[in-house]
Amino acid sequence: MDYLDRLESQSVYILREAFNQIDRLAMLWSLGKDSNVMVWLAKKAFFGHVPFPVMHIDTGKKFPEMYAFRDRYTKEWNLNLIADSCPPVEETDPSLPPAARSAARKTLGLKNAIAKYKFNGIIAGIRRDEESVRAKERVFSPRGSEGSWNFRDQPPEFWDYFNTNLPEGTHLRVHPLLHWTELDIWRYIEREKIPVVDLYYAKGGKRYRSLGDQDITSPVDSNASTIAEIVAELETTKTSERSGRAMDRETEDAFERLRAAGYM
Amino acid sequence: MTLETYLRDLLRIVIVGHVDHGKSTLVGRLFHDTGSLPEGKLEAIQAMCERRGMPFEWAFLMDAFQSERDQGITIDTSQIWFKTAKRDYTIIDAPGHREFIKNMVTGAANADAAVMLIDASQGVQQQSRTHAYLLHLLGVRQIVVLVNKMDLVDLSATRFAEIEATYRSYLGEIGLAPAAIIPIVARDGDNIVTPSARMSWYEGPTLVSALDDLASKADLTSLPLRFPIQDVYKFDDRRILAGRIQTGRLKVGDRLLFSPSNKTARVASVETWSAPAKTRGEAGESIGITLDEQLFLERGDIASHEDHAPIETNVFKGRLFWLSHTPLRVGHGYRLRLQSREVPVTIQQISALYDVEQLSSAPSDEVPYNGIAEVVLRSQAMLALDSIDDNPATGRFVLTDGTNLVAGGTISMQGYPNQRALVTRRSSNLTEVEHKVTAEARQQRNGHRGGVLWFTGLSGAGKSTVAMAVERELFRRGLQVYVLDGDNIRYGLSANLGFAPEDRAENIRRVGEVAALFADAGMIVITAFISPYRSDRQRARSAAHDAFHEIYIKADLAACESRDPKGLYQRARKGEIPEFTGISAPYEPPEEPNLVVDTQHLTIDACVAAVIDYVEKNFRS
Repeated sequence: MDYLDRLESQSVYILREAFNQIDRLAMLWSLGKDSNVMVWLAKKAFFGHVPFPVMHIDTGKKFPEMYAFRDRYTKEWNLNLIADSCPPVEETDPSLPPAARSAARKTLGLKNAIAKYKFNGIIAGIRRDEESVRAKERVFSPRGSEGSWNFRDQPPEFWDYFNTNLPEGTHLRVHPLLHWTELDIWRYIEREKIPVVDLYYAKGGKRYRSLGDQDITSPVDSNASTIAEIVAELETTKTSERSGRAMDRETEDAFERLRAAGYM
Repeated sequence: MTLETYLRDLLRIVIVGHVDHGKSTLVGRLFHDTGSLPEGKLEAIQAMCERRGMPFEWAFLMDAFQSERDQGITIDTSQIWFKTAKRDYTIIDAPGHREFIKNMVTGAANADAAVMLIDASQGVQQQSRTHAYLLHLLGVRQIVVLVNKMDLVDLSATRFAEIEATYRSYLGEIGLAPAAIIPIVARDGDNIVTPSARMSWYEGPTLVSALDDLASKADLTSLPLRFPIQDVYKFDDRRILAGRIQTGRLKVGDRLLFSPSNKTARVASVETWSAPAKTRGEAGESIGITLDEQLFLERGDIASHEDHAPIETNVFKGRLFWLSHTPLRVGHGYRLRLQSREVPVTIQQISALYDVEQLSSAPSDEVPYNGIAEVVLRSQAMLALDSIDDNPATGRFVLTDGTNLVAGGTISMQGYPNQRALVTRRSSNLTEVEHKVTAEARQQRNGHRGGVLWFTGLSGAGKSTVAMAVERELFRRGLQVYVLDGDNIRYGLSANLGFAPEDRAENIRRVGEVAALFADAGMIVITAFISPYRSDRQRARSAAHDAFHEIYIKADLAACESRDPKGLYQRARKGEIPEFTGISAPYEPPEEPNLVVDTQHLTIDACVAAVIDYVEKNFRS
């Protein structure tokens, strides 16, 4: 096994545990590179099937390319898509800075969807290397009834024995990509030939490294227009992946507060 | 992308140590000196420190949380990455606070190696010992020890040598040999990447060269096959058994044995999606297979090859760490998770609660929060498992209580038999034939029921003495009675068996079956065997059904040892008799015996009378 095989095998194991142990399960599909890898891994785990709904929490402000991508691959991958809209920004916590408030719409949208479909497990494609707050996550991470994350008192998790028993009124976040890095994701996309939105490829000296809402996501300087060039770029870069995501850096603790409230 | 990047090795290291010994500083410095800091990170920390009016702190690199910065401690396990010329590293930070041992366990259990920090000015403390002990229990065998803050002890070679000697000897006692013990000043970078000019008396490796010298992952493919079934899928016309191979390999055509259901079938195919076709699988791979026969299998079964099958038992010893604020207690029930299997278990005994400071242990009724103990666990169901010495993957388990994961541990079968042979029926095509003489007819002729008086107790408790006296008296009263005695049976029926746990269990199985036949024939049969294991007595009870009467011939170890009629205890104490019950092998007393005969406090006549009385009440028509 090479190291991509090992990453894949671990993710497949996690997805199969989630599917076996959680009765009402859904996967978040943000249409970004990570969640495409996640859908792909589900097809690996379940031999061509994705046996639970994939959910796009729609802010209505994604790039047109992303909506086109969603419609095409929902069909091609035979996905059971849930695409509910988020509540307006007025319903978010007014004490958050502007970009974080915009991002917080997704948290509310997710919360509504969980209540509506009675999900008790949500698979999300976060990675430890994305952001230092995410580095603290567990693979199976319990959430309170409000979707909140108590990072001060997380249950132990070791030897791949995951906590799957939950008290009433709570749900689990499952993180099958937690152990991957951005570079791993691109190498795997290259090896497996997984389709991604072409906003990731450089045009006119700019490309998106991370995709969010149009108004709070900006491209980075880059000439990488193929997967191989992106891999080469990432092998030497020291800029952080989410540097184009405004909400992470408005204040020191903005992202931490978003996550504690239930953000992905 | 170069081939080299694909082949680069990744080593996961956990950094453990006392809360104030400088872990976060070390990591900050390590990142900086290996050129692994993201752009802008150093400046961001500098700016933040200035805003707060405090001196520059490397530690803030790791402390991502607001709350951590405010409290000045690391709360949880986090992971970050750095690289050297040789390979990539993931650092799993594990907090040193006693409160947060569950987080240390969470981090360390996934590590290939550990870096242990000790403060030179404070020396080896309780936490340094606890951490080393836990690392050993978690299976981490490669350790690099750093003696930090050497500047606080004037960079003294003598002080370093003292700490080195103390810790090396402690590690030696628990079976760990450190790869290196290195004097450092994390804040200033001494012996992190570059050798310290200020401590030229030290001639060993720097931290980074010591890490680069550590071995990579253990090879699990050469061990016997262990393939736990995680799930069974029927999305289409295929019936796929899915799971991750823990150890060993399999290929199409192999005959697999599934435990504990004890069914076999051949591998028909290895299934894949969007990948090259496969005919084999090896340790670490999450795979799916189909079989040539439709067996009823479910999550929890574990596949092996027929030779080198896992042990089957319903009792084992676990050495565990306890992570719950509610103490572990004898007699309490928990959920046992063994790979994909999950069953209820009861704590039968806490044979040793460890004091990691003194390296001593004593029996106990409970294990406190963060305690380490050896316990005996018992399940109703048969389990398939391995001892940790035979298999690092299937030799460990966790316990859950309600919704919480409360313990992790390793398995030992020392003193307990593999019950696989006892529960495996090798003959097939059997048809039971019905007798034409009924049990009632036999009972009418004899004037009493048939049945088994199963005596159990330590060697020297008086089983044979009481049995023979009871036999004589019942015979005198006209009852059909016979004694099956331990030594007598071993001259004949069990002459081919020794005293290993498996042989002892087989001996008792035979006696149980023979006793059941006697009882069926209308006789009262008295068996006089130590029969130390509950599982064995349970099996004998199943053979005789309602006719089984368990009689505890009770005398404690001291009393039996002082009697020592055959001189066996004396020989066992000298080590001449291995696995001797009560000395070097366990005795599990009955939980609810039908009768207790206390030979320690009653006369022989009173003991005999008690049994006779019991028979008169329960066996007469």
